[in-house]
This record gives sequence, C-alpha cells and structure tokens, in this order.
Amino acid sequence: KMAAATMSPYFGQQMSSKNDLVPAWTSQEVSTGTTIMALEYDGGVVIGADSRTTTGAYIANRVTDKLTPIHDRIFCCRSGSAADTQAIADVVTYQLGFHSIELDEPPLVETAANLFRASCYRYREELTAGILVAGWDRRKGGQVYCVPIGGMLVRQPVSVGGSGSSYIYGFMDSNYKPNMTKDQCLELTAAAVSLAMERDGSSGGVVRLASISKDGVERRVILGNQLPKYSTH
Amino acid sequence: MALSNVLHAPAAGFNFDHAARNAELEGLFDAQIPKPVKTGTTIAGVVFKDGVVLGADTRATSSEIVADKMCSKIHYIAPNIYCCGAGTAADTEKTTELLSSNLTIFSLNSGRNPRVVMAVNILQEMLYRYHGQIGASLILGGVDCAGNHLYTVGPYGSVNTMPYLAMGSGDLAALGILEDGYKPDLELDKAKELVRAAIHAGVMNDLASGNNIDICVLTREGVDHIRPYQVSQYKDKRKTKYKYGAGTTAVLTEKVVPVKLEVVEETVQRMDTA
Repeated sequence: KMAAATMSPYFGQQMSSKNDLVPAWTSQEVSTGTTIMALEYDGGVVIGADSRTTTGAYIANRVTDKLTPIHDRIFCCRSGSAADTQAIADVVTYQLGFHSIELDEPPLVETAANLFRASCYRYREELTAGILVAGWDRRKGGQVYCVPIGGMLVRQPVSVGGSGSSYIYGFMDSNYKPNMTKDQCLELTAAAVSLAMERDGSSGGVVRLASISKDGVERRVILGNQLPKYSTH
Repeated sequence: MALSNVLHAPAAGFNFDHAARNAELEGLFDAQIPKPVKTGTTIAGVVFKDGVVLGADTRATSSEIVADKMCSKIHYIAPNIYCCGAGTAADTEKTTELLSSNLTIFSLNSGRNPRVVMAVNILQEMLYRYHGQIGASLILGGVDCAGNHLYTVGPYGSVNTMPYLAMGSGDLAALGILEDGYKPDLELDKAKELVRAAIHAGVMNDLASGNNIDICVLTREGVDHIRPYQVSQYKDKRKTKYKYGAGTTAVLTEKVVPVKLEVVEETVQRMDTA
C-alpha cells in the first residue's frame, strides 16, 4: 500500500488529488458495494444479501452481515456507506423499540420504513445509504419497502439494491412471478444474488438469506462452494 | 442514558457541522492543508479458546523517520478490555484514553464491569460523529461475562466483528498469515504464535511497521501484557541512557551563598469552627 508504485490509477488509491502524504483512508470510506434484495410472498418476506465490504480495492470484511434486525419481525438490508448505514440502523432500532414499548404492540413495517426515510431524507446531502426494509406485521402481512439514496419511500413486491443490482434487473423482471411460495422465493433470491456476485466486483463472499413470517425469522448462509453455478461458455 | 461523559453530552441527532466547515477550510488552505501523520502500523487480534490475543508492532513513523522505536500501540481500556490502535498516533491515543475514562466513570457509577460491546458502541458513536476526521482504526478485544470478543472500528465509524482481524499499513501482510493459520478454538501458545507471526509478516513486509512486537493476552483470569514479546533482530549497540555519572564534568570552584529570608508581613485569619 505504501510504495505500491505499480498499482494502476484505476484503483482509486493513487487518485488522491493532494499528495501522497494524505492517508488513503481520508478518500476511501468503507463501502458496502453490495447486492441486496427482498421479496414479498403470501405470509412473509424473503431477504438476501452478499457479504462483501470494501475499502477501495481492499475487502475489509468478506463475511459481513448486511441483514440487520430492527425489531423481532423487521429487518433491513444495508447498502452504501458501512458507517452511515450502521449508524442509521442503530438510530431506527432505538426509535422503533421505544415506539413499540409505548404502543405495547409489535410495530408496523411501514413505521420502520418511515423512520428510515425520515433520517435518510433529512440528512440526504451528507448520507450515502440505500436501504431495503422488509418484515411481517399483523395488519398487512409481508411487506418490502425501498428507501434508496435520496430518501424516497416506496413499497414494492420485489426490490433489489446495491451496486450489483444493476446486473440482475433483467433476471428479476423475467423470473419473478406473483404468488410464489417461500421456498421458490428463497431459491430465486439465492440465484439472483449469486448472479450479481458473479458480475459485480464489489459483491461477493457468501449469500445470506432470511425469511420472516408470523412464526419468526429463519436465517441461513450459502457458502462460496455451495452457490449455484453458472457459466457463460 | 446511564453513562456520564467526561465532556458534555453531544446534541441528539446527526451533526454534520464540522464536515461542512472542513470542506470550506480545504478551499482556503489550498496546498498547505495540515497533514495528518500516519503512524504506519501492523496490529492484529485473534479469538482463541480461553480469550483474546492482541498484537502490535512498536514503530511510530513521521514520514520516513522512525519517531519512536518502542511506542505502545496496545492501549488499556478496562481491566478486561484492551485496544490496538492504527492510524494517526495522537488520535488513537486520545480516543482510547477518552473511552477508558468514560468506562471507568460508568463502572464507578453502576458498580458493574464494562462490557466489550459497550466500548465498541461508544467508539462507534464518537468516530461517526466526527465523520472520519479522527484517524483512528482500532482493534478492540476483551473478555466479559458474555464471552470473548474481538471488534474493529474504522475511522468513519463502521464496526466489524470477526474471530481474527488485522489493521494498519501492514494489515495485508498480517492477514495473509491469519487467513492461513487461523482455526477456531486455538490453544493459548498456538494463538500467541499466530499473532506473533502475523505481526512479524507486517514488520518484514511493510516499511512503516517494525522494531519489536508487543502481545497482550486477555482471559477470564486476567491480562498478560508482554512488552516486548519479540525483540527486533536488528537492534544496534547504542546506549539509550545518556545519564552521566558524577565527576564526568570537573568541578573547578564551589561557592555557597545562603539565601536570607526575613518576615515582611504576618496576618492571622481565624477559621470558623462549628
């Protein structure tokens, strides 16, 4: 890193516009260049993510958990700046927990999504956070809400996010069908995230999956050698 | 919140004031922006069967000069929590000192031993608030009632937890050794050897890391801070003590002048007694 004269300028480390004495960490924030997705099915939601966190070209964490619990049956998928999304998730977890205790009732997924939106929109100039909020509540069942960079809020039956999502919009458009079962959703999520990891340099590692329903949360991990295999030749 | 802070409690919500101010200042200073000095370091930590082993080199550099050959990068946080610091030397020192003070106050107020997650959360909140302006990459390790913990906190406030970690300019070299040699539930001597080898790889392959290797072993029974664990093979024969014995400089003459003191004014103030 210090005397890496042979590193090509493509890797952002040498692009420091000041001089070499300015440390690399001032210009390279830890980013969850990522693939995340969430789908609704009748009775719950399925969420999935890769596990790579990068600082420039270096993989700071190859086993990251980007599926963060916000409440018992509400999760969020984080993409963007690791520090920003961790901080926002902590804030929302506190706010939602307090709200739920006040109400003496499990919180709504829509409430959690709105809390994310409130932070992401108010501080939109300073934050880099793309978040998917997914969970189950008694009123509307399984729901997925998308809060992209900028702080918009929209509910969608299926949503993908992160840098790797660009590569799987076509796959999702052609393979998602309404009224799928939980297992079909899990298979589709695993396949989509694997495909994105194949093409996106900022996504990789293992595939983390979770399904949330009224019965609770089931989590699983698909390791690198167990991923579905694809070949273009 | 139960925690008393040494300084005043920060205002609620995200505060981005300094980020805007710094961006404005950058434009004014142009070429003469004060440069944060990177210490260049290799630090590592490994969770083993009975606890956590932390390791660090002992070189502090100021550009190409070695400023300190025996600097201490494994900082005390609590009796059961220690923290390795990489990045700007002043930042890691002061951040860990502040954390240690706050946790001591917490311990005294609540009567409880601090937990590692608490230390991590405090660090994360503080570093996030400063938006990367505090150049501290820390590896925090400790043993508490909830088990053996190892966390890393980045300068922007991101937290990762793993069974083995390395940070600093020599992290890639150290991580190669750790990735190859780590197994879950290592024995103490294997764990110490793994951390030593990892730091040694940083010392050998990174110019900004070097000199000796410090190790700190944390278990339920206590802490073993071994400083140094391995001494550099490239020590020179210079004496670091420059104290000269009496008589080195010849005394030519001696003159003693007693200082006379006389009482100029005397006042008596009565103390109120109940």
